Amino acid sequence: MPDMDEFLEMFFVECDELLDSLATGLRAMEAPDHEKETVHSVFRAVHSMKGAAAAFGLSDLVTFAHRFETVLDLLRSDKLTADEEVMTVLHRSSDLLTDLVTAARQSSAADPVRLEELLGDLDRLIGDEGDDAEDDALAMEFTPLTLDFSPLAGEPAITTYKIVMMPDPEMYRTGNDPAALIHALSQLGDATVTLNATNVPKLSVWSQDDTRLSWEIKLATTAPVTDIHQIFEFVVDCCQLDIHELSDVVAQPAPADSLAEPELPAPGEPVSDLAPSDVEATSKAATPVEAGASKAGQTTGQAATIRVSLDRVDKLMNMIGELVIKEAMLYQVIETAGFTEDPDVVTALEGIRQLAGDIQESVMSIRAQPLKLVFQRMHRILREAADATGKKVRLDTLGENTEVDKTMIERLIDPLTHMIRNSIDHGLEDAVTRQRRGKPQEGTITLSAAHRSGRVQIEVSDDGGGIDRERVRRIAEERGLIPQGATLSSNEIDSLLFLPGFSSKDEVSALSGRGVGLDVVRREIMALGGRVMIQSKEGEGTTFSIALPLTLAVLEGMLIQLRDQTMVLPITAVQETLRPTSATLHGIGKNGRVLSNRGELIPIIDLACSFGLRDAPAPLDDGVLIVVETDSHKRAALHVDGIFDQRQVVIKSLEENYGRVPGVSAATILGDGKIALIIDPEEIVLSSLSEQGRSAMAFAANG
Amino acid sequence: MLETMSHNSAGKKDVVAFKLAEQDFCIDISLVREIRGWAPATVLPHAPSYVKGVINLRGSVVTVVDLSARLGFGPSQPSQRHVVIIAFHEGRIVGLLADLVSDIVTINDENIQAVPDIASDPSREFITGMITFDDGRILRKIDLAQLLPAPQLVSA
Repeated sequence: MPDMDEFLEMFFVECDELLDSLATGLRAMEAPDHEKETVHSVFRAVHSMKGAAAAFGLSDLVTFAHRFETVLDLLRSDKLTADEEVMTVLHRSSDLLTDLVTAARQSSAADPVRLEELLGDLDRLIGDEGDDAEDDALAMEFTPLTLDFSPLAGEPAITTYKIVMMPDPEMYRTGNDPAALIHALSQLGDATVTLNATNVPKLSVWSQDDTRLSWEIKLATTAPVTDIHQIFEFVVDCCQLDIHELSDVVAQPAPADSLAEPELPAPGEPVSDLAPSDVEATSKAATPVEAGASKAGQTTGQAATIRVSLDRVDKLMNMIGELVIKEAMLYQVIETAGFTEDPDVVTALEGIRQLAGDIQESVMSIRAQPLKLVFQRMHRILREAADATGKKVRLDTLGENTEVDKTMIERLIDPLTHMIRNSIDHGLEDAVTRQRRGKPQEGTITLSAAHRSGRVQIEVSDDGGGIDRERVRRIAEERGLIPQGATLSSNEIDSLLFLPGFSSKDEVSALSGRGVGLDVVRREIMALGGRVMIQSKEGEGTTFSIALPLTLAVLEGMLIQLRDQTMVLPITAVQETLRPTSATLHGIGKNGRVLSNRGELIPIIDLACSFGLRDAPAPLDDGVLIVVETDSHKRAALHVDGIFDQRQVVIKSLEENYGRVPGVSAATILGDGKIALIIDPEEIVLSSLSEQGRSAMAFAANG
Repeated sequence: MLETMSHNSAGKKDVVAFKLAEQDFCIDISLVREIRGWAPATVLPHAPSYVKGVINLRGSVVTVVDLSARLGFGPSQPSQRHVVIIAFHEGRIVGLLADLVSDIVTINDENIQAVPDIASDPSREFITGMITFDDGRILRKIDLAQLLPAPQLVSA
C-alpha cells in the first residue's frame, strides 16, 4: 500500500503532464481556427488539477485553479473570446499554475504578489463578461454555489431525462466506476436505475475486453442538463452515452435574485455541492488517461503506456553495456583459443552480437524523448524575457519531435534558457531600431532541432542586429581577454563571446549580464559531449547552433595506441589517417611541425605528449597521423603510435568517481576488461593550438 | 549513516586493518565495499602523482589512490600481492592501494587517542586517530575525506 507521499508524488507527476497539455492546448488556442475540443482539453486539464489538489489540501492551487477554470469555462461556452489580451492572461495563469505546483512540491509558497495580480486579472475577465451578459444563466457557470437556484425561484421545473450508458472496456480499465456515476446522478434528483444485461454473452465466451453491460437511468431532476453532462465529462470518451429529455418541460434559467444572495442556505445546496465533488473524485481516477488522451488529440484506442522510473531504465542500460563488453570479451577468448574458423561458433557469436545491439537500441529508444519537452518550456522563458525587456517577440519552433536521450533533455533546459534570454536581450534590437531597419516590430526567435549525420543539431536564431564585432573586440581588449590589436578572424571574434567574464551588454540588465555568460552555456553543452557554434550576419541576425551526440551511452570509436596505453578516438572527428612521409612533413622552429596534405598545412600534435605520457615529441617516421577536424573547422593531425581497431564502445563517466581530465571526455571498458580513455579531439586541438600562441583564446582553461 | 550507526553500538566499531610500508593503518569497515587483488590500472593523464589510474569494477570506472605515495612513503611498485581496498565515500567509489590487508579488528572508542603533535609529516593530516592495543600494537586511523582528491580540484 503506497503511503501518502507516494500519492503526492503521483499527483505531481500527473500535474506535470497536465501542465504540459495545458501549455500545448493554450498555444493551439492561439491559432484562429482552433478546434473547440482544444478549449475543452485545456479546461479539463485545469479542472483535473483542481480536483486532485483539493484532495491534498493545497488551497492556493485550488483557489487559483478554480478561478482559472472559471475563465476557461466562459471561453468554452463562447461567452468570452480568446483575443490577444485574454490569451496573455491565460498564458501567465498557466505559468503561475506551474509555479504553484512547483511550490507545493517544495512545500514553499509561490510569489503572493503575482498570485494576487493574476487572480485580479482573471476576475476582471470574469467580471467583464458578467457586465455584458444579459443571460443570468451564465452566473451558474462560474460559481458552483449559484447552481442551486430552484428553491428561491419558486416552483422548480422538473425535467425527466432518460440516460443510457454503456461503458467501453476502456472505462473499466481506467478505474472509472459506473456505480460512482450513477450515485452522482442520483444526487441530482430522483433516479430509477435499470441494468440491462441481456447482451452479456455466456461465461464460456465472455471476455473482459467485450463488456456489454448497460444501464438505463430515468432521472427526474431540477438540475439543468449541463449538470448531467458534467458528471459524464470524464468518461465521455470511453462509454456510449445517450441523454435525452422525456418531458417537454424545460428548466428555466435561474432568476437574478438567486445570484444576489448566493450565501442563503438553500435546501438544494447539498445537491450541487456534492455533484461536482463526485465528479472530481472520478476525475482523479481518470487523470492518467485523460492527460494522455488530451495530448494525442483525444483519440481513443491509445497504445498502452506504463510509467517506469528512470533508475530502472538506467540500470537496464548499464547491464546491456556490460553485456556488450562481455560479448567482446567472449569473442577475444574464442579468438585466442582459435575457434574463429568454426562456422557454428561464428554464427552463434554473430547472433549474440546482433541481439546485444538490438537490445541496446531498444533501451536507448526507451530513453529517447522528444525535444518538445524542452521547447515547450522555452515559450514561457520567452514570454518572461520579452516582458522584462519590453520587446515584442515571437517564438517559432521547428522539429520539436526530434528525439534525444532523456538525460540530455534535462540538461538542455538551462543552456537553452540562457541562449533564449541572451537572444532577446542582446540579439534583438528594440522596436524603434527595428522599424528604422525596415523589420517587423515583432522580433522572431526560431528554435529548431534536426538530426544531422549522427548528431542532433539544435539552433537558436534571432532576426536581430547580428554581432557587433567591433564592439565585441573593443570589450575583449578592455577586459584584457585579447592583446591590443590582435589579428582575429570574424569567427574568432564571435568565439570571444564564449569567454568567461565576457558580457557585452553595457548596462547590467535584470535578464542577463549578471556575470554568467555564454561560457556557462558552452561548458554545459560540452559536458554533454556537444559543441556550440555561432554564425552571425550584421543586420540580419545571429544563429547559435548546438551539436549534440545522439546518445550519451555509446560511441563509434577508433582504438589507438599511445605507448602502453589504449585510447579511443571518436570516429566522428576523424577525417583521414595516413602514414607520414618525409616529403609531406615540415618543421617550424624547434618543436613546431606541420603536415602538408593536398596543399593544406596542418599542425601536428603528438598525443602522447599532450597526455604527458612522453616528454618530447616522438620522431614522426614511425606511427600514424590521424587528421581530425573540430566543430569550429580547425584541423590538426594527431600523431599516435598505432591504430588497431574500430568499434562501438560503451561510454562510462569518469567524473562520477574521479573528475574531469583535460582532453578526455569519458572512459570505456575494452574487451579485455581494461579501461580505455575516450579522447576529446576538440579540446586537444584547441588547447594545443592556443599553447602554441596561435590563438589568444584560453580555451584550455575554459574547458 | 552507517558510520554513525556503528558509532552508537556501545562505543565499539569494526575497522579494516592494512599494512603500508611496515606500518599498520585502518579505515572504518562501513566504508569498505570489497577487497581485490591488484590489476594494472589505466593511467590518467594530468592526474596527481598519488593517483595510480582507473580500474574497471564490474562496469564502473574506479580511481585507485596509491596510499603509499599519498602518505609520503613514496610511490609503490604494485605487484599481484598488493591489494586494492574498494571504499565508498560520499557517493564516490575509490580504490585504495595497500601492501596487504591484515585483519578486521573491533575497537573500543576509549582506545582511540588523538594524534600526538609530531612534526609536519605529510601523513599527519590524513590520520585522525591512533588506536592502541594491549600488546603494544598501534593502528593509525585514516580519514578518507582528506585523502581523496576533491572533485573540483581535479577538474582544474
